[in-house]
Amino acid sequence: MTAVTDPTARAAGADNPGLGARPVGDQPWRRISGMVAIGALAQMFIALSGMPVGLDDRTIIEPVLSLGYLGLVWLPLLMGYRAGCEPVLEGMPVHAKGRREVVAGALVGIGAGASISILVLLLHNFDLRDPLVNWGPQLAEVLGFGRSPGFAVIIWIAIGAGGGAAAGSLHLVPSPIRRAVIAMAATVIGAAVIERVVTDLAGGLGLGTAADRLYAPRGGLSWPGAVALAAVSGIAAGSGRGRISRTRTRIQTLEGTTRTVTNAALVVAAGLVAVVLPLLVGKITNELLANVGMFVLLALGLNIVVGLAGILDLGYVAFYAVGGYTVAVLTASASPGIAPELPWLAALVGVVVMAVLTGLFIGAPVIRMRGDYLAIVTLGFGEIIRLLFLSDWLSGWFGGAQGITNIPGVQVFGLATVKGTDPRAVLYLVMVFCALAVYVSWRLERSRLGRAWMAIREDESVAEVMGVNTVNAKLLAFVVGAVLGSFSGAIFAAKVGSIFPSSFLILISIIILVVVIFGGMGNVVGVIAGAVVLVGVLGGPRQPGLLQELSEYKLLVYGALLVWMMIQRPEGLVPNVGRNRELHPDEFRQDAWLRGRASCGEHDKGANAADDSEARRR
Amino acid sequence: MAVTTRRKRASRTRIDWFLVVLRFTALAVIGAGLLAFVAQQIDPANPFARWANPDATGLTGAQFQGLVVAGLSQGAMYGLIALGYSMVYGVLGFINFAHGEVFMVGAMTGMIASNKLADAGAWESNFIGSLTIIVLVAIAASTATAVVMERVAYRPLRGSPYLVALITSIGVSFFLQNVSVVLLGPAAKAYPALPEWLTAKRTPLEIEGTRILVIVVAGVSMAVLWFLVERTRMGRSMRAVAEDKEIAALMGINVDRTIVTTFAVGGAMAGVAGILWGILFRSVIHTTGFLPGIKAFSAAVVGGIGNMGGAMAGGVTLGTAEAVGPLTILEPLGVVGVSQLRDAVAFAVLILVLLIRPSGLFGERLSTEERA
Repeated sequence: MTAVTDPTARAAGADNPGLGARPVGDQPWRRISGMVAIGALAQMFIALSGMPVGLDDRTIIEPVLSLGYLGLVWLPLLMGYRAGCEPVLEGMPVHAKGRREVVAGALVGIGAGASISILVLLLHNFDLRDPLVNWGPQLAEVLGFGRSPGFAVIIWIAIGAGGGAAAGSLHLVPSPIRRAVIAMAATVIGAAVIERVVTDLAGGLGLGTAADRLYAPRGGLSWPGAVALAAVSGIAAGSGRGRISRTRTRIQTLEGTTRTVTNAALVVAAGLVAVVLPLLVGKITNELLANVGMFVLLALGLNIVVGLAGILDLGYVAFYAVGGYTVAVLTASASPGIAPELPWLAALVGVVVMAVLTGLFIGAPVIRMRGDYLAIVTLGFGEIIRLLFLSDWLSGWFGGAQGITNIPGVQVFGLATVKGTDPRAVLYLVMVFCALAVYVSWRLERSRLGRAWMAIREDESVAEVMGVNTVNAKLLAFVVGAVLGSFSGAIFAAKVGSIFPSSFLILISIIILVVVIFGGMGNVVGVIAGAVVLVGVLGGPRQPGLLQELSEYKLLVYGALLVWMMIQRPEGLVPNVGRNRELHPDEFRQDAWLRGRASCGEHDKGANAADDSEARRR
Repeated sequence: MAVTTRRKRASRTRIDWFLVVLRFTALAVIGAGLLAFVAQQIDPANPFARWANPDATGLTGAQFQGLVVAGLSQGAMYGLIALGYSMVYGVLGFINFAHGEVFMVGAMTGMIASNKLADAGAWESNFIGSLTIIVLVAIAASTATAVVMERVAYRPLRGSPYLVALITSIGVSFFLQNVSVVLLGPAAKAYPALPEWLTAKRTPLEIEGTRILVIVVAGVSMAVLWFLVERTRMGRSMRAVAEDKEIAALMGINVDRTIVTTFAVGGAMAGVAGILWGILFRSVIHTTGFLPGIKAFSAAVVGGIGNMGGAMAGGVTLGTAEAVGPLTILEPLGVVGVSQLRDAVAFAVLILVLLIRPSGLFGERLSTEERA
């Protein structure tokens, strides 16, 4: 997808050196010193945030690595690797990687290590507990390994230098080995993160003993388990070069009925997994999956608004709240205003009506505004709706701060009752609605309306000139998104059984936005993957994820992730092809050779594309 | 874009009619509220005053004056924050959503510094000196935050679609809030008590000294800013970059440095505003930046985005409307618990302004490319 004109520049890198390696002393000192400063600051912030102490209880590999220490060592590694990357202008000769990159990595690593060392010395000599809540003996002990400060200083600088140099030397090895190393690290950490799901699932499948081998009794991977996992993943990554993407391309290029049959088979397989999986896992995992499912539903709805139509709706939580409150008012006997006590399925009709009305009411005034004004105004609407639910003025209908309690569960045609006490049933219910949302998104994306949305996203004026009724199309995007979001709220009300204004903070809008962007705006698969990874691992605003220990820091991680994704990979985990083109406009320009290209990023990014007012006009 | 083309269109669509109805309804509600309020002021017992809210009593002169002064001082603070939104929008064409958090950083560092000074005893003995110190500390912290933010988060995105920059700034805002939570803890933190002579009400107008102090500090900052932008070389390059980046670069202006300066100046103003918040409310928490940020953005829009004088005027207008509006419009209409709805009113004002006059009261000043 890149518009590369010179094939040598593309192939250049560790595998195919253009020019010889540069001497060690020939460093881009400005860049290196900038990275040292950023690394040191970030490392000191991580330490002061209390993460090393708070996350020390969670073991990654028994007994050598805990999540707390992992939080401190990943930064020198990543920065050490990045220090060796440099933007390469196309058409310019590319230098081979050599000792220079290793030294650069080590320097950046030392910067990060030294900042921890300085912090250890400060912790032993000063008391700054007054403004900094995490300052104290506990932090000093974790950072000092329980030994003397002198020892810790030497160890941290050594860890920084060693880690940075090791990461820098990844530039020197051939790419299969580099890939294998990265895969090994990712697999081991990933396996440790999903420990609870794996043991639960293994128990359900009768493989409990295998899981006991893999994981240590007190949590975390056992030594032999970690080594075995690393070996398997390393071999798989080293040998299976591009096999997955080749398979995908093969499936995508199948023709006619074969394609249809393969697609149908894939859908059936996914459906079977979805039906069987909840039966195999326990209550906690089902609860987790149900929470993930509610966010999948929300994210799919927001994806239609943001991803397809390109309208940044920051007040999406309003629709979630409307869904929840409509169900609460219509089904609960304790509803303070009218209480018709309808069954949930009948109330769903009311939910759809209310969601459509709210979507129209919020959408209509904002539809003509500039995109950025629209974002702020929708944010305002999101807050207004919450404040109205909270206010004494309307507490006669919505209960004010006390909310509405005693919401009955979902009666499925008299067969079963779905309530929060039975997470498996909730999960099935959520999955039904997710399947509906996936189907709707999939069909809409390929419909006339979906194409109109995408045209509006790319360029609203052009779309209007080409005969798209932009106002109607944008309103419909709002309404469809609103209905999907309100379904999630309706399920939430039935699941939790009570509803309060504090469940609908603006925070939720932001988290759903992060999920959509992380997964890949405009791509259904990406959005689902984003929700599963983010909400599953980090947890929702109130709901715990797999890394429960991270709960204090998860909002911080969401914020950092949003910024990082937007800078490094705005197209998300699973990019949408058309959207991708819009996000990297510079790559499609004629003068692509002026564009800077990082020599070792997986993605091509116009790193130092000059001020580009052309793209701004969008 | 669409806003300007609408007038040219021959026929109105359904949505236009809806918007017209919405505008007139809003204006009618405001008008009815004001009329009812005036009726109450004339005679609380007359039927027109009582048709919606039989318990209404109206306001005494002193109450009304108190509200106006409170609104003016808060508005001055909003104006200072609004300058940052307005200037960055003028130069880069996107809403720096994280500007409210720059303000929060100023308020937080001011809180830390003032508590340290109070521990040392300087807060009581030399209040003006201490105030100068905490203002300088807050300016330094906020400026540093704004500059680092520009360097790390926004500069790599220069030239990307506005949506990308806007979403990034939301992420920065969220991140900074939570940085404050993990470093300083989630609890609300208090400024030390202000000296007696400042909080006492002063004759002849019975205005609290703190309010006067806030208005004075805001006025001085505004004057300094005006001098910087209108009378110095730096200000001239800022205006040039806001007008047209490419031509400015051709004229030998370092565009990158000018953009950093813009962020720094906006950050400094937000730092001052942070201290004013501390003086007015004496309590600061990690979400402190959110609502004032939104309100200041509304103020920037009210004044016409990109227009610096307008930002300050918009801030004062909005602050006064927010203080006076609920009691003069909603209360006479029979809305109970008006003070709970203060923030909803602030949002409603933003929405109304964007609906009725999106280019602001004093006109936008944007470069041609951003007006597109």
